[in-house]
Amino acid sequence: MHAFKYHRPASIDAAAALAKGEAKLLAGGQSLVQAMKLRLASPSDIIDLGAIKSLAGIKSDGKTVTIGAMTRHAEVNHSADVKKAIPALAAMAGMIGDRQVRAMGTCGGSIANNDPAADYPAAVLALNATITTNKGRHEADKFFKGMFDTALQPGEIVTSVSFQVPKRAAYMKFKNPASRFAIVGVFVADFGGMVRVAVTGAGPGVFRQPEMEKALAAKFAPESVANIKVKQDGLNTDLHASAEYRAHLVTVMAKRAVEAALK
Amino acid sequence: MSVKVSLKVNGKPATAEVEERTLLVTFIRETLRLTGTHVGCDTAQCGACTVSMNGKAVKSCSMLAMQAEGADITTIEGVAKADGTLHPMQAAFKEHHGLQCGFCTPGMVMNAIDFANSHANPSEQEIREALEGNLCRCTGYHNIVKAIGAGAKAMAAAAAG
Repeated sequence: MHAFKYHRPASIDAAAALAKGEAKLLAGGQSLVQAMKLRLASPSDIIDLGAIKSLAGIKSDGKTVTIGAMTRHAEVNHSADVKKAIPALAAMAGMIGDRQVRAMGTCGGSIANNDPAADYPAAVLALNATITTNKGRHEADKFFKGMFDTALQPGEIVTSVSFQVPKRAAYMKFKNPASRFAIVGVFVADFGGMVRVAVTGAGPGVFRQPEMEKALAAKFAPESVANIKVKQDGLNTDLHASAEYRAHLVTVMAKRAVEAALK
Repeated sequence: MSVKVSLKVNGKPATAEVEERTLLVTFIRETLRLTGTHVGCDTAQCGACTVSMNGKAVKSCSMLAMQAEGADITTIEGVAKADGTLHPMQAAFKEHHGLQCGFCTPGMVMNAIDFANSHANPSEQEIREALEGNLCRCTGYHNIVKAIGAGAKAMAAAAAG
């Protein structure tokens, strides 16, 4: 890893003042530290958010579940409030990486990184979340901008993410057995007459599947999506799976997610 | 450039000036000379570097030493009693022969202890899922799974006193 200057600010304002040029914010570090070791990232400065206590925590008010940016995946997975309000969100957090990674990795870090195969972006998009930062708010639909890119501006720090509580929801993931990233993951959320379907792992970034959303809004049942053929254009082909296979998996995972949501 | 890191390791305060980019595992092995914590893959796959941070198993190769500032770290050297009596999880690994070459064992034990703290009587499926972040290239996991099941029960029995 290349050398850098380390900062450990105690407040969001202090962190924002440092976040300029080639500086990088460090949340849990489960992607960034690895990227730095491989020299895929060589920041001039590391701004560790670990000392800013106000960034961690979970609040639930019946309509939304708000997760602080530095809340670890394990905390979301085990939270009684999250399990009660949005069980699919708690379950999703329990599918990320492995248990050691979940003890460190954070909600804010995951969505700011926007790995095309990460799980959190699918939950954010399907649950129509609002991303709050030190500079304002972002709607989920306008936040993710493709591979490792978001609407965040330099000096902008995610402070929390508010997920809308659906009538029912489920996340199904076909995972790469080695990395445990999603080869394809589908998050389905039914808000009663309005359904959102978000797909991760399949393309260059998380995306919604409008054809399935329309069919599920008309009738929320596995057979509504079972015969929808997803086009393979623009989907990823790599050593793990072809675009054709991923396109097929989107339908299979969506069907399973609907089945799980109905249980 | 260097930075001062202060934390607790196996109950003792540890403070040192380290380079900013020092990983926690490097600090543990090279500064503190506690070489029971291993570096296997160095890419967050194998879990040989697993230590306990404030009671939670984490991969010490995947974090900076400074991310553990002020934390309470336990390494494999810190789990047995002062008189050498093995921790119930260590004893279970020995009893069930949950190892062959032993390289992955410290990480396995550290992860297993954290897991067993919240699973007093885990199923085989739960144990196998808990081991997703630990690789063993010798055993095929079978005896490790048995050892963790037995170790979890022994820990629960010891806690019940």
